[in-house]
Amino acid sequence: MSTALEPQAGAGTSAPASGGGSALRVAGDWARRAPLLPALIFMILVTQLPFVFTLIISFMNWNAYYPDQIGFAGLANYGAVFTDPDTLSAIWTTVIYTVSIVLLSLVIGFGVALLLDRAFPGRGVVRTLMITPFLIMPVAAFLVWKHALYNPNYGLFNGLLRLFFGPNAVQPDWISDWPKTSIVVSLVWEWTPFMMLILLAGLQSKPLDVIEAARIDGCSPWQVFRYMTFPHMRQYLELAGLLGSIYVVQTFDAVFTITSGGLGTANLPYIIYTIFYNAHDYGKASAAGVVVVIATIAIATFALRTVSSLFREE
Amino acid sequence: MSFFGIGAGMLARRELSLKCYPRRVLQRQRGFSTTKSLFAILQSLTADDGKLYGEPFYGESSFLMYRKDVLDANGITMPEHPTWQQVADIAARVDNKQPGMRGICLRGQPGWGQIFAPLTTVVNTFGGTWFEKDWTAKVNAPEFKEATNFYINLIKAHGENGAPQAGFTECLNAMQQGNVAMWYDATSAAGSLEADNSPVKGKVGYVAAPVVKTQESGWLYTWAWAIQKASKKQDNAWKFISWASSQGYENLVGQQEGWAKVPAGKRASTYSNPDYLKVAGAFAEPTKNAISTADPNNPGVQPRPAPGIQFVGIPEFPDLGTRVSQDISAAIAGQETVDQALDKGQQAAEQVAAKYKK
Repeated sequence: MSTALEPQAGAGTSAPASGGGSALRVAGDWARRAPLLPALIFMILVTQLPFVFTLIISFMNWNAYYPDQIGFAGLANYGAVFTDPDTLSAIWTTVIYTVSIVLLSLVIGFGVALLLDRAFPGRGVVRTLMITPFLIMPVAAFLVWKHALYNPNYGLFNGLLRLFFGPNAVQPDWISDWPKTSIVVSLVWEWTPFMMLILLAGLQSKPLDVIEAARIDGCSPWQVFRYMTFPHMRQYLELAGLLGSIYVVQTFDAVFTITSGGLGTANLPYIIYTIFYNAHDYGKASAAGVVVVIATIAIATFALRTVSSLFREE
Repeated sequence: MSFFGIGAGMLARRELSLKCYPRRVLQRQRGFSTTKSLFAILQSLTADDGKLYGEPFYGESSFLMYRKDVLDANGITMPEHPTWQQVADIAARVDNKQPGMRGICLRGQPGWGQIFAPLTTVVNTFGGTWFEKDWTAKVNAPEFKEATNFYINLIKAHGENGAPQAGFTECLNAMQQGNVAMWYDATSAAGSLEADNSPVKGKVGYVAAPVVKTQESGWLYTWAWAIQKASKKQDNAWKFISWASSQGYENLVGQQEGWAKVPAGKRASTYSNPDYLKVAGAFAEPTKNAISTADPNNPGVQPRPAPGIQFVGIPEFPDLGTRVSQDISAAIAGQETVDQALDKGQQAAEQVAAKYKK
């Protein structure tokens, strides 16, 4: 019945089960739902059908180089995904990226948001500048990171080292010496503004009268932050963390541009790309894609519940 | 219509389902005598049935590029046909002779078409191969190992900085900016080195790809136009293709963009065009020689199961080469040893070979 969606006026008095009234209500419900149906169907078509196709292809033996050998493969593709050492190391790399990038950009983004929450001259300009990294096209940004910043010959980092420590300054080969860190740093740069935006919105929606009352009652700035701002920010931190995780798991541009997946930096999206575009193995690529989607849903659900309950206990 | 990067022998009808062109149609439709084009390139677009499946837009081989001024200043003469040992010695002698200039640039970026393009030619001339005629994988064989060690040690000792990320583009930058004295790579690079805005224009010399056990070791690659069999607009596609691969198009590029930028390497006539030779004189002859001496069917010291010089002409190679290249790149960065990298490569190659051994 549709009553679950329609809270009854009086909880104790259940509606009389007169056939005519119920039918009318059902018709009324559908009158309200029907206009939404086209949008719903459209959404299902564009979001769920591709996934269904991917699911089907993941059980098929389908390599574009061998169009005459397409057929059912059973679980062979999934077996290949879970026994391939490259894929297994890519899973681990993806976990490292996601955890470190989301945490670091949350912390830095929160810090920047706290600073931007204060009134100072030129705040609008500074805020726009802080958002810029998120607006730059990722491939362009990571090309700048690879060539203009990390490059050992003409990169800015080594140039600064020479500027401050003279011509004999140590000149590290940043990407080769710290491949994963190089990727993480560039992605933290990209995602900090995103975190900052959400958290700044949260900060600016906090009830000022309560804060003012707390100040009058003699709370220290730390106490205000710890017991008023922080609990208020909980849902914003959760949202930023969740959205950030979903996006960072899908990161491809940085790995592709900066290292081409070399030196152990290949994550799952990059591996899926190579399976698809180098091996042209549609079946295995789809299986890997399905695994990523399921893992992401599982982890996101689990992580969200854990985080929520942690905060609630306080 | 599709634009394919095709290496010799990579063309198989069942993969691409391309429309094929009888040669006489080529001749009739645009006065393009196939015999006048560079034979090796056309050969590489011809399938086992003897028919041509693509129209070359541009063709290339590989050769050694070096800074004439730097070698002269150090009293070094580059042999016309150097060996890899000679190149390594020269790299050592010119290394850091000018501030910030290393001896040689060699690709280290992962990818079957990145590091493994030059590296496979080195493997060939050191006597190694990916597969023997009967599909026995030889990736961790002594010759393959010796070649890879030589290549990696040369990069580590006298190569460009940031080698594990350096591909064609990075090496081109390094060469143009004076960060390296030599560079072994595609003949197409010369067009950029000799372009009007290049800082090293006129300072670069070009000699044949270095060798060890083979006579030649330059690679062969072409970018080519092809038409899908399923296309409903084959005539229009053909009109475009015959324009884009014609001599008239080369003239247009030469007049508007400069002759150094002409998509060369496919027509013999380009190499007798006085306008082209005026700007490309330094590298035209070495390029033509490299392309015409490249033999995709016999690039090493042993018979091969599939054609290809800097790759193996089978559909599985892009994946295989890229996987192994990741480990080679890691070996350049010192994350693992060459032995580890090639042992893993051998396993991957054996898996691929198993399919063909049946």
